[in-house]
Amino acid sequence: MSKGARAGLVMVAFAAAIGIILFGVFGYLRSSPPVVSAVPSATQPNTVNVTMQVDGAVGVGPHPTWVGYWIQGANGQYKQTTLLKVPVNTYVHVKLYEYDSGGPLRNPYWGKEIGTAGNVIVVNGQPVSLVNSYAGNGVAHNFDVPGLGVNVALPGVNGNAKNFCNVGPCNPSEAHNLIQFTFYSGKTVHNYRWQCFIPCGLGYLTGNGGPMQSLGYMAGFVQVVK
Amino acid sequence: MALKTSEESGSPAAIARKHGSRIVAIWFILSLIIDLVVWFVWGPHMPPGDMTTTAAGQQFDFKVLTVMSVPVLLMVWVYGAYVIINFRDRGDHADGYYVKGNRKSQGLWYAATAVLVLFLAGFGTYELVVPAGAGVGEGPSPIWKPASTAHMLQVQVIAQQWRFTYRWPQFGGMETTSLVLPVNTEIQFNVTSLDVIHDFWAYQLGVKADANPEDNNVAYTKTQQTGRFVVRCDELCGIWHGAMYNYGNVVSQNAFYQWATNMEAQNASLTKLLPKYSTVYVPNDNVAGGQYFNG
Repeated sequence: MSKGARAGLVMVAFAAAIGIILFGVFGYLRSSPPVVSAVPSATQPNTVNVTMQVDGAVGVGPHPTWVGYWIQGANGQYKQTTLLKVPVNTYVHVKLYEYDSGGPLRNPYWGKEIGTAGNVIVVNGQPVSLVNSYAGNGVAHNFDVPGLGVNVALPGVNGNAKNFCNVGPCNPSEAHNLIQFTFYSGKTVHNYRWQCFIPCGLGYLTGNGGPMQSLGYMAGFVQVVK
Repeated sequence: MALKTSEESGSPAAIARKHGSRIVAIWFILSLIIDLVVWFVWGPHMPPGDMTTTAAGQQFDFKVLTVMSVPVLLMVWVYGAYVIINFRDRGDHADGYYVKGNRKSQGLWYAATAVLVLFLAGFGTYELVVPAGAGVGEGPSPIWKPASTAHMLQVQVIAQQWRFTYRWPQFGGMETTSLVLPVNTEIQFNVTSLDVIHDFWAYQLGVKADANPEDNNVAYTKTQQTGRFVVRCDELCGIWHGAMYNYGNVVSQNAFYQWATNMEAQNASLTKLLPKYSTVYVPNDNVAGGQYFNG
């Protein structure tokens, strides 16, 4: 092989290596949890349904011990994500299975249900407008969408329950609260960020690291689309 | 400066004086015109506006700084432009003008700019503390307070990753996510944080104070116009720092008291659950999230 051909081969190999590295890096940087679209209601106009669950440990992926959300797709399969797509100018009816334990809040303000229809949620069939986190099992997490003015406090379950779900994905035979609420998606097409305001990133500085700062766990986007 | 040319008659000193006079005249006229435009046309639109006394004070400061710096900038530009236009090579390949120092003009320039800098240092220092800290956080024991603290509205700003909430001790200690203020009212912001260091920056109000955990950072202002303002965190505080903002409104006093009393009534049951109002909001770490809080 001539000197020129060898040099060319080296250059091609070098370029290919750089390309593979860049592909991997950008692939990683662009990786994102899946987006789940809300399911249109079969009975009510301008309404979509969403079924979600919050687990104390998601049980899958790179961080199986992190607290996080699962959202059910149209085929009934849960996906471990916090990216939800809903239509604009629509009522979003959420059915949320809460499997994590709770306690009193650092800032009890987050116990108030705000921005849902009637400023109430329905917990195991009972309407609730304010959760006293010092009573019962307290509050586990909250679903807060600042841009839509929504704050939903999610009452926790008894952490000592025999059928407590330690690792997700959990199922309704395990201890849970069924929480239902409806919020309005607004008139503006926008990606509304949402997060939990209860520091639940165990082992991270101020409890706000790890899952609290990661899409697919306790932070995400409500993508309001046309 | 001293200039010498074969094309101009007269002594070098006379030639220099002629050019110098022209430069000074151009500089003076341009400075006067631009300063008047800055003060009367641009000035009223300078940030952060005049919604509050502190915002208006900052706008005044910007106007003064700009008006003072314009003549300095123009002297450099006018001198440079004059030299480029008048003393350029006209194709005769003759030696150009030579320039040498002139103690009087140099001394005058040094003295004028030194006086200017010293004046601005004094002016800036004075403006930072008058009136009442200029809207900047003064710590828990402010030295510079408003002349009258009667009827002052107290607002506690609670920052946490990644949202602001507000407590209102004069309205039962209620807490809200919205910030509504009455016009023509002295406001005392008590700024604190539940977790890391944030910064409460109410841009159009001209108020800016760091939010430190277990600390009360006091800032004063007085509203003087109704309108909308934005509140941003101005201290990098984590991944959602960029999303840590909200909008507030300065409204009429009637509208404010209607809003506040409505919110107080709506939040009565919630307010009972809040810790007793204190200028420092120290959460109980033995609670949900609390056990996580310290890792």
